[in-house]
Amino acid sequence: MINSIPDEKIAIILKTYAYCHDFFDAIVIDYPPQEKYHLTVNEYFESLDSYELQTKGVEQADLVDQFVSFLENMEARQKSVQWNIESLTIVGGQNKHGEQENVSICLRPGDVVSIVGPTGSGKSRLLGDIEWLAQGDTPTKRQILINDTIPPQSWRFSIEHKLVAQLSQNMNFVMDLTVAEFIKMHGESRMIGDIEEKIRLILEKANELAGEEISLDTPVTALSGGQSRALMIADTAFLSSSPIVLIDEIENAGIDRKIAISLLVTNEKIVLIATHDPVLALSAERRIVIKNGGIEKIIATSRTEKELLHELEALNQKLMNYRERLRTGGSF
Amino acid sequence: MRLITFSGPPSSGKTSVIISTIRALKNNGADVAVVKMDCLTSDDKALYQKENIPVGVGLSGNLCPDHFFITNIEECFEWGIKKAVDYLITESAGLCNRCSPHISGVMAVCVIDNLMGVNTPKKIGPMLKMADIVIITKGDIVSQAEREVFAFKVRQANSKCLILNVNGITGQGCTEFASILAQAQEHDAVTDEKLRFSMPAAVCSYCLGEKKIGKAYQLGNMRKVEFHD
Repeated sequence: MINSIPDEKIAIILKTYAYCHDFFDAIVIDYPPQEKYHLTVNEYFESLDSYELQTKGVEQADLVDQFVSFLENMEARQKSVQWNIESLTIVGGQNKHGEQENVSICLRPGDVVSIVGPTGSGKSRLLGDIEWLAQGDTPTKRQILINDTIPPQSWRFSIEHKLVAQLSQNMNFVMDLTVAEFIKMHGESRMIGDIEEKIRLILEKANELAGEEISLDTPVTALSGGQSRALMIADTAFLSSSPIVLIDEIENAGIDRKIAISLLVTNEKIVLIATHDPVLALSAERRIVIKNGGIEKIIATSRTEKELLHELEALNQKLMNYRERLRTGGSF
Repeated sequence: MRLITFSGPPSSGKTSVIISTIRALKNNGADVAVVKMDCLTSDDKALYQKENIPVGVGLSGNLCPDHFFITNIEECFEWGIKKAVDYLITESAGLCNRCSPHISGVMAVCVIDNLMGVNTPKKIGPMLKMADIVIITKGDIVSQAEREVFAFKVRQANSKCLILNVNGITGQGCTEFASILAQAQEHDAVTDEKLRFSMPAAVCSYCLGEKKIGKAYQLGNMRKVEFHD
């Protein structure tokens, strides 16, 4: 079908590829008017005023080609909505000093792994390797396998196959949209049907995470820090295509981190948490210790550590209670 | 020598991306020189020199910056050859969104950032729409959803380019980017090569220094706003 597009009638194209409207919008050229529906795609682009196109910075000779590859892209995107991975394996390489890592770690949907190590120790490089699907061609010489095999190289550049979604304390909303418009726009870009249902679901979950109620007509830029974080997490859980979520040092203030992580886990995400916070580090089943740019070891959280975690959580709760008391005007 | 043309709106992170990328290229044993094209003044020379990167600076002054670029690219290329470098990177700002320094057969890179808003990709003309690689920066400070939507909008405006997310501050993504540049076509000269898209024309009285407003002072190539109400 794709190959025959240039000779297909405009009327048929518009009907078959509803999303082709976006092409005309993105390239800033006129959407075909009804009286040109009988033309073929080739004929339609030829019928446009070449001087007008020049002024808009559009090369007429390339249009058909661009249109076809646009439709190819969008079709591939629609198919990739159901992109699932069963496992991700990091095969060790070497650290900054050229010493072998001698490790291999397999992650599956629903796994929570923390990454610990001093600032600058190489946590970002590890993430970089995962994102780039490294095949021994990065400074660490690590290899990333998906479902136990080498992933297609084309995934490196495919925005549909971005492996890692990131969430950090530094991230803000910058779009001039309300919460509802924002989720809708994200859903549309994923070409997902039934956006209304997603909006309802994401809002409901975001409100479970956030201390303060979020409403659909609030501009995203006006949300508080905690509300923003809550919306980002709920949105990532339900609408991001990436199977791995990296949480980079999220503060406990304003959101419930435990619910946040379980929300991601139940949505079949692999959760990596880069953190210096003992509560977060020990809440994972395993932790990767990074040193000198390499993976030094992988530690499974022991029973003793889990008991310690309960203590730490109680301490944390105590701290939060003080915080809440001060916030609501209390005194000691 | 491999010529790479870098363009992108002001403050999108071109210089930071270039410097981190050159570090990665140097790690692979390559020599790189930069020509920075700017309008009035440029402080970037010092940044490149600090990294021991040979740098030439061209200031367009009262000439159109992109016309200035294309009328100088031959000399820039010869300078690179004289310096015996493996890569020559040109950096220019693409100020009017309609211009583009990209040349057929020469690796063309456009740098834009996530803060520019989702309608920006379609507003930027050939500089983005005809680039081989679009680099998106400042992903570390916006939400995941906005990164995804922004990349999607870039994809819609340029369905053939490679899209890379790069962090200009930490340099994350630059090692990967450098490995792509290694695949750029090599050239012995740029003479007789062609621009990917024509540059905007403006041969009018104001090009020649006219300052007064009014029909009596307007000569040459001109367009008028059309009001439709």
